[in-house]
Amino acid sequence: MDLFSVAFISAFVTGFIAASMPLLVASLGETIGEQSGVLNLGIEGVMLFGGYTGFVVTLVTGSFPLGMLAGAGAGIAVSLIFLVLSVLLGLNQIVIGLAMTLLGGGITSVLYFEHYSKSTPRLGKDEPLPIPVLSDIPVVGDSVFSQPTTFWVVLVLAVVVAWFLAKTNFGLQIKAAGQNPNSLDASGGSVVRTRSIAVMLGGFFSGLGGAYLALISTGAFTPFMTQGIGYTAIVVTMLARGRISWVIGTSMVFGLSVAIGTVIQLTDINLPTDVIKMFPFVVVITVLVIFARSAYVPPALGLPYTRGSR
Amino acid sequence: MAAEGGLQSPGTKTSSSRTTKVVAGFVRNVLPLALAIGTSGIFLLALGKSPAAFYGAVIQFGLLGTGWQRSIIMLAPLLLYGAGLIVAFRGKLWNLGYEGQYLLGGVLVVGLAPALTQSLPLALAFIILMAIGATVGGAWTFLPAVLKAKFGTNEIITTLMLSFVGIGITNMLIRGPFQNPEVTVPQTAVMPLDTMFPKILGSRIHIGIIIALVVVLILHFVLTRTSFGLRLDVYGASPKSALHVGIDVPRMIVIIFLISGALIGLAASVDMLGLWGTMRANWNPSYGAAILPFVFLARLNILASIPFLAFYAVLATGGALASQDVGLDSHFLLVVVALILVFMSIIEYIGMKRDLGQSYIPPGLRKAFASLLSRKNEGDS
Repeated sequence: MDLFSVAFISAFVTGFIAASMPLLVASLGETIGEQSGVLNLGIEGVMLFGGYTGFVVTLVTGSFPLGMLAGAGAGIAVSLIFLVLSVLLGLNQIVIGLAMTLLGGGITSVLYFEHYSKSTPRLGKDEPLPIPVLSDIPVVGDSVFSQPTTFWVVLVLAVVVAWFLAKTNFGLQIKAAGQNPNSLDASGGSVVRTRSIAVMLGGFFSGLGGAYLALISTGAFTPFMTQGIGYTAIVVTMLARGRISWVIGTSMVFGLSVAIGTVIQLTDINLPTDVIKMFPFVVVITVLVIFARSAYVPPALGLPYTRGSR
Repeated sequence: MAAEGGLQSPGTKTSSSRTTKVVAGFVRNVLPLALAIGTSGIFLLALGKSPAAFYGAVIQFGLLGTGWQRSIIMLAPLLLYGAGLIVAFRGKLWNLGYEGQYLLGGVLVVGLAPALTQSLPLALAFIILMAIGATVGGAWTFLPAVLKAKFGTNEIITTLMLSFVGIGITNMLIRGPFQNPEVTVPQTAVMPLDTMFPKILGSRIHIGIIIALVVVLILHFVLTRTSFGLRLDVYGASPKSALHVGIDVPRMIVIIFLISGALIGLAASVDMLGLWGTMRANWNPSYGAAILPFVFLARLNILASIPFLAFYAVLATGGALASQDVGLDSHFLLVVVALILVFMSIIEYIGMKRDLGQSYIPPGLRKAFASLLSRKNEGDS
């Protein structure tokens, strides 16, 4: 295929958006959780739960918004397990997180096998909501500005989260819970309550990210379809250090590396698919090596809070 | 907490009564397994399958007939793999890149094996191949180890990312230089049976289990009876105190990672040379995540991990065939394993609170209840 043809560029942009968005949404959730001092390693499993639930709901009702909502709801529901065990009881967050990942992968794959492995249904395309003038821009207009409604909703949510973390009292409490839970406690806030809400918000976004991946990026659910996006979200979060603009930027770099891999397959360049699948992770690891000093996590990350302990 | 269990010696309990100890041991070690099997049984019922049929088939295929031999064959790499995880976790270093380390070590061993076993005496070839597997597995942890040691970069992330890269390189090697030219499916050349590990006394069990037991027992001695083991535990308990007692912390981090990766690479070599003899593209046994709960249940003690890993070996060999038998996705075992992790953590929590004589209800929850009640009172007055 000719480089720089309209079809080529449009495939590139579509692949770029399809890869960036689920990661962006999941990273938003992980950012809120990590800022509050909760390391949710179960994000991969939560995304799978969200993706599967969203897929089933959209398949049954035919409605994409309902599917997205159901995915986000499922994300909150399974995060309750994490909330009770890790935040309330203070159990090891890494162990529980890994258990959530296994649980999400195991249950969704068993259920998919039971119900859909023979029919392997696919969802249609969500109705796009073209932005009137912009979508008429030649070459990139159609692929960028003619996106499903959910796309715009997610972008708005990203702005809301940025505002929420930076400008509200509760955003400050979340940061305090991750930076110095003792002072939050001393100033009258509740570490457990703050972290609980952060975990549920994290579940909402992870579930939504999984649903976006299944419903809009892929149009179907396949077992273990996240393939490391959840873990990548943790990297994005670490590099972004709580700044939402960085979350968006880093997710886009990742999406870009996926999209480059995808469009290379359309050209004459003969690159094995293994290289293409690996490429985003090589990019991430390179970024980590270069910015090793900037990858930063809140001091209280992963530590359960016990009043009076040092 | 599970990961901190490695330092607690079982003799610190105040209650000296023998029965209490047995009961406590039973509750801590067997109850999580029983609860997980029970809960997963409910899940099976919800799917319309018979839990009795499934777990019956697990025992039938995993233990009875020649099943026990299959389970022991599987146990060989698991012991080494588990020891690799235990070394890292005792040092509180989360080496979660085990899949990449295992596959990359395995593919180089099985890819080079046909040439080496043909040209060298078998015993020498085995030793060289196992050394290759261990070196590759260890080398794959080097970058995360250095990043952690120099910059404190979170090792969970770096090992996981490198794991994905390792899996990719493994598949490239299988489709590239190691591709078996005789077949069209992407896989490495199949090792002839007589160039693989010899079997023990007419059984189907290869000598890998002996190698694994020897290595694991030596390592147990090193971890519990030498100054290196003590330094590792000091570092794991508190990196800050390790610095104060004069332990070279960056060096410690790198050594722990290298040993951990090397053991996982060795596990792969034993598995390849003993059982598989070839590797297909996209093949991934994912042992690592599955045995996590068992190394925690063993309180990160290598000796104690042997019976737990044997339990998993039976569950996995039996479960793979049993799930086919009842028409279930084989990933069902992941659910069982995840439930074991969850129940283990909860029981550990209850046990800890009991030993400390504290309330089981976490302070946060108590406060929430209290504030609910007091708010109610305010409304009344």
